[in-house]
Amino acid sequence: MDQGTGIRIEGLWKRYGEGGAAMDALKGVDMTVAPGEVVGLIGPSGSGKTTLLKCLGAVIEPTRGRMTLGGEVIYDAGWKIKDLRTLRRDRIGFIFQAPYLIPFLSVTDNVALLPMLAGQPNDQARERALELLQAMDVSHRAQAEPSSLSGGEQQRVAIARALANRPPVILADEPTAPLDSERALTVMRILHDMASQYQTAIIVVTHDEKIIPTFKRIYRIRDGQTFEEAGEGRDISNGQEPSKRVDQPA
Amino acid sequence: MISLAGRDILHSWSKFVLTGLGLGLLIGATLTMAGVYRGMVDDAEVLLQNSGADLWVVQKDTLGPYAEPSSLPDDLYRGLLGLPGVAQAANVTYLTMQVRKGDTDVRAMVVGFKPGQPGAPGFLTSGRQITRSHFEAVADQMTRFKVGDRIRIRRQDYTVVGITRRMVSSGGDPMVFIPLKDAQEAQFLKDNDAILASRARNAANPAFNRPGVPGLLDAVNASQTSNHSVNAVLVRVAEGHDPVAVAQTIRRWKHLQAYDRKEMEDILIAKLIATAAKQIGMFLAILTLVSAAIVAFIIYTLTLGKIREIAVLKLIGTQNRTIASMILQQALGLGVIGFLVGKIAATLWAPAFPKYVLLLPGDAARGFVAMMVVCALASTVAIRAALKVDPATAIGG
Repeated sequence: MDQGTGIRIEGLWKRYGEGGAAMDALKGVDMTVAPGEVVGLIGPSGSGKTTLLKCLGAVIEPTRGRMTLGGEVIYDAGWKIKDLRTLRRDRIGFIFQAPYLIPFLSVTDNVALLPMLAGQPNDQARERALELLQAMDVSHRAQAEPSSLSGGEQQRVAIARALANRPPVILADEPTAPLDSERALTVMRILHDMASQYQTAIIVVTHDEKIIPTFKRIYRIRDGQTFEEAGEGRDISNGQEPSKRVDQPA
Repeated sequence: MISLAGRDILHSWSKFVLTGLGLGLLIGATLTMAGVYRGMVDDAEVLLQNSGADLWVVQKDTLGPYAEPSSLPDDLYRGLLGLPGVAQAANVTYLTMQVRKGDTDVRAMVVGFKPGQPGAPGFLTSGRQITRSHFEAVADQMTRFKVGDRIRIRRQDYTVVGITRRMVSSGGDPMVFIPLKDAQEAQFLKDNDAILASRARNAANPAFNRPGVPGLLDAVNASQTSNHSVNAVLVRVAEGHDPVAVAQTIRRWKHLQAYDRKEMEDILIAKLIATAAKQIGMFLAILTLVSAAIVAFIIYTLTLGKIREIAVLKLIGTQNRTIASMILQQALGLGVIGFLVGKIAATLWAPAFPKYVLLLPGDAARGFVAMMVVCALASTVAIRAALKVDPATAIGG
């Protein structure tokens, strides 16, 4: 899939309410995330992080501005792409603070669900899921119920699910919040690996001081406006080879 | 595409099975109510079938002999036998009363009949038909009497000589057949005190007790003690004659009421059990509403328990129809489990009912379709709730 330009946001506004009660949650946000890049989005509560994430996730509509995901314009000055559900399914991967795996599906089927929803045959979707689970090092729990997995394992399955349809964009909302330092860094390492392997543009919304140093670039958001700054870009490769790219032959 | 509903049911099978069990017992009660109605209709049809009659001749302007009291002179049948198209005509009496056996008693319809004539019990499961003129009885097995039992009807004891089955009144009471003369006595004969009082009254009446007319008082007393009434005459129509035409002839020339089979069915089903049928219909409607409410509540609760998962499913691009289909399938699945449990329960407990419960496959099929419709309608509440879930709630904030 052509990963295009990753994420590009220009002059994005979001206003809640009308008249005197109107409140601008986003005030002309500009942001660019290149394919293969992982950037941090940091800000205090009420700064507009979640609103920005919801706009990027095509679950709420911006008031004005322009958004491009994976080379496709999804919003431009009032015009928006019509089939937002399909857009979310095919072009955006979501990782949440909690894994939110579907409890009545096996680990494999949790990951395979997206390709199945996109119309892939079940066996192909499961094959893809197993490859991703292998890459996330949780393939040994492929048939298990999500509730039997540890928090770290569940989060890795959630990452595998986000990657299942090879989206050009992944939005991660506090993905390391419930994890200890070691597991949080493991998750970040996986995200960095996946970004570079699949040329996926990843935005990680976080408060987590443990992982902030891993970003090369950070967007701080304050009062609905973003401010770009350089991050430490600390190496967290742990001296290990990055995970095998799963959509290439071995 | 995998079945999300199927996986959820398998994952929470104990919840679904237990809920289905509860719902099933309710469905079982619903099917049984329908079976009770069918049993009443069947009892009525069997009653007519077993009487062996083509026409029921009763007192004019009555719906007798099953729906209203009817009284006819017991020599009337001779006149009917002379009419064209009448092959057989026989007196019968019907009286619902308590029949005692030792210290216990049974509510039964006592039928007076002439052996070999219409109105006799059609077949026996044990014992023999009545052969003596007096004090023998054939009882339906629902009375729990056995051959050789001594039973008491009014002032007389009878020996049970035969047992029959499915011979019940339209009210579901088992029948006890006794000779016509005995039945007439049982139905119309006064008790001793009443006879004494009547004789004293006649003796004090100068019109009946004339000094110059010896024997008049005895004749009056005798006429008041004996009884020559029956409830109906059952007529069998000769081959080649139309029962409707014969009934018209009887109505016209004998000034009696004559009902053919269809008219008698209408009386029994449309009039006699109409109120009971409406009662059962109300119960069925209420049980259906309760079932719908239960299914709606359960599916709604189950759906609310999955709101976060539904938000995630919507966020990752699951179509509304997939989510609605999941909830609908779960509701239908619950209905299927409930129906199976209900059908089995109804089949198991139906024989224990005191009245005949007839579970027809057609009713079961209709019940199944109705249950599926109820489940589908009940699931709409949960589907609405699920479709209203904002996918943004999965992101939080």
